[in-house]
Amino acid sequence: MRSVEGGRGLRGVPAGAVGAARRLLVNPRSWVRLVRRWMRRSMLVRVVAATVALGLVVVVLVGQYLLQRISDNLVSSRMAVAQAESAHGLKSMVDNFRTYHFSKEQPFPTFVVQEVEQLSGSAEHRTRYVVFLHARSAAAGPLYSDRATEGSQMGLADVPQDLRDKVNKDGDRQQYARLVTVPYAVDGPMVLHKSIVVGGLFDFGQVNGGRYEIYFFYPLDNEVAMLGVVERTFIGGGIALVALVAAVAWIVTRQVVAPVRQAARTAEQLASGRLDRRMRVRGEDDLARLARAFNEMAASLERQIHQLEELSRVQRRFVSDVSHELRTPLTTIRMAGEVMYEARASFDPAVSRSSELLQNQLDRFESLLADLLEVSRFDAGAAILELETSDVRDAVHRVVDGLRPLAERRGVTLVVQAGEPGTAEFDPRRIERVVRNLVGNAIEHGEGKPVLITVGGDDDAVAVCVRDHGVGLRPAEQRLVFNRFWRADPARARSTGGTGLGLAISLEDAHLHGGWLQVWGGPGLGANFRLTLPRRAGVVLAGSPLPLVPPDVPTSARSGADERTPVAVVRSAGTQVVASDGAASVLAEASSGAIALPPLRAVGEGGHDDVPAPSAHPLDRS
Amino acid sequence: MRGRVLVVDDDTALAEMLGIVLRGEGFDPVFCADGGGALEVFRASRPDLVLLDLMLPGRDGIEVCRQIRSESGVPIVMLTAKSDTVDIVLGLESGADDYVVKPFKPKELVARVRARLRRSDEPAPEQLEIGDLSIDVAGHSVRREETLISLTPLEFDLLVALARKPWQVFSREVLLEQVWGYRHAADTRLVNVHVQRLRSKIEKDPERPEIVVTVRGVGYKAGPA
Repeated sequence: MRSVEGGRGLRGVPAGAVGAARRLLVNPRSWVRLVRRWMRRSMLVRVVAATVALGLVVVVLVGQYLLQRISDNLVSSRMAVAQAESAHGLKSMVDNFRTYHFSKEQPFPTFVVQEVEQLSGSAEHRTRYVVFLHARSAAAGPLYSDRATEGSQMGLADVPQDLRDKVNKDGDRQQYARLVTVPYAVDGPMVLHKSIVVGGLFDFGQVNGGRYEIYFFYPLDNEVAMLGVVERTFIGGGIALVALVAAVAWIVTRQVVAPVRQAARTAEQLASGRLDRRMRVRGEDDLARLARAFNEMAASLERQIHQLEELSRVQRRFVSDVSHELRTPLTTIRMAGEVMYEARASFDPAVSRSSELLQNQLDRFESLLADLLEVSRFDAGAAILELETSDVRDAVHRVVDGLRPLAERRGVTLVVQAGEPGTAEFDPRRIERVVRNLVGNAIEHGEGKPVLITVGGDDDAVAVCVRDHGVGLRPAEQRLVFNRFWRADPARARSTGGTGLGLAISLEDAHLHGGWLQVWGGPGLGANFRLTLPRRAGVVLAGSPLPLVPPDVPTSARSGADERTPVAVVRSAGTQVVASDGAASVLAEASSGAIALPPLRAVGEGGHDDVPAPSAHPLDRS
Repeated sequence: MRGRVLVVDDDTALAEMLGIVLRGEGFDPVFCADGGGALEVFRASRPDLVLLDLMLPGRDGIEVCRQIRSESGVPIVMLTAKSDTVDIVLGLESGADDYVVKPFKPKELVARVRARLRRSDEPAPEQLEIGDLSIDVAGHSVRREETLISLTPLEFDLLVALARKPWQVFSREVLLEQVWGYRHAADTRLVNVHVQRLRSKIEKDPERPEIVVTVRGVGYKAGPA
């Protein structure tokens, strides 16, 4: 039985590699970031990197395993050979001893040393070194020790103690082997050499001094060199293999990625409106199927968009035709009515009154028709913005001047506060219509109290606020004022005129400009409508130069939320007050609140339903 | 002279009603119900003003407008059911001087017609110079050197209004009032389209006008004399 120890010791990881890699990455964090970005952006890089990483792991593991196996085999076979050689040497020595004739010329130790010298072989190709010692005189040093070179030698110190213990126990019956590292020098500086040490024991009987230990050192220089060659071959082969795998991965991925990239490019072009773009279809494979499916999708998309365009065109055409067809007879009726109205003095009272009613209702019918057509234009997406650079103040003044007669009839004072220049890009016709609507409503619902029209501006936006001090709005109503055909007070609905479409159209007009139209109101506190427009068309509004909640509103009823974010305005009044005063909260809840309508909000999905469709009111969370 | 008005409209009820209203105001209406015959009736009746429906059977109102304009500077007022910019600008560009959107009130229509027919009966002899143009106000003629430039009465009025006060910038609203006779602010597209048409006739390079100059954000003025 023999024991083998530390087969791993033949090879070692080159310690310099890690340090060099660390030095290369001067700032590892930035490197990592760079590589990550690169990987994120290119699938090709990612796949190749993953392949290389996996390939390296596999090659290293396999290489490690194979080298280990080779190394173990080399060591164990060498060990077997060494043991056989040692056994043979010992046997011949014991045989020689049997024929030994004690003589005076050649005392026993000398004979033994001679024999041992023979065992260690010739100096030229020395395959083993021998250390021989008398078991009892171990403290006095070995009787014989091979000199490897001058100044260095393998000695008893290089023999592991446990080997000596075993050898001393029953070394005469069998040899024990150990793998050791011994320092000695061959043609140069002292180096550590892997060696196998085999130990044995003779017992020459009491007469001849008893037991002698003998140790044979078999250097493994050849095996180490061979293993080095194998290792280098492995590393070279591994690198080549990984490179090959990486190249294969690159080629394969490119073949897959190229069509995907083409698909992405085509999709981008489709998204940018070039609906006639298609992918190139080549062959019959999966990628060709992808391309075909993609093209089919694009074609169906194009078809549907054209269909929608056609529908929209038909719709617009229809609206336009209806407009004409309705307007021509209406014109005749209108003129006939007018002629009759002019001549009403000569009619009897019933006919005279009838002609008056006819006249009034024709006015209403006309404005209703006009508003309906405008709404249908918005719905068809056919509303066109005609931008001019002009001052909002001029538009406001024009509107207010036009409405003064109406205001005077109702006993309402119109106050305009327009200090700052309100130059902006807007469609004067639409904005005047919005302001006319707001001021008209304020006169209508202002209960004879003054109506304040404020124009304000900052760097990015201009705003017009129309403030009345009438009955005001309940929070629930604030959500409804922009609905089509919604009326504040059903009881007195039809007497006050108006089409019920004014604010809906105004909201659409504001949105068409990329602007906001918002309302604040509280019962008994009046209402404040705020129109905000970007100074330059296409700029997204960040805030409004004027507060939505008028400054004259008592603090208990105002919203404390940040006014510039429309979402935050909603329903914040109630919660604000709850925190400070429980009793006041009920009052505040009932009397205050503000609603803001963000752009792009669908208006009045429910038609004249008083309950709005949930989807139409993303802000309604109360 | 109260004026003869040619009404080109396919809707007989409306045409008859227009006739009643116009007669009531002392005009002399002549009728034509389709676009195809409009030109002949126009030539035969030699009206002082044309009321023209934009949507006509047979021939498009726009086309009729172009034809009449090609042989006469007579004022044309369009009746249109469409208030879309495209339609109105198209009508104005094809030669109409003014437009009335249906449904209109009779007074509104009569005011438009009167404004177009209003001619200062005996204009004082007046000679204006603007750029390299000379304008004979009484003789209703504009010349560049010896070449006569033919303008419609409306274009002539527009040019004269600007040329009389070359130092003044006219806003579109002011021009609407002075030239078209609108009391309150109306559609400034009228001014834009007619300035373009005037420029195409009097400017050497209509893209770079020198006689009728745009003052950005304000309006127009006559270029330096």
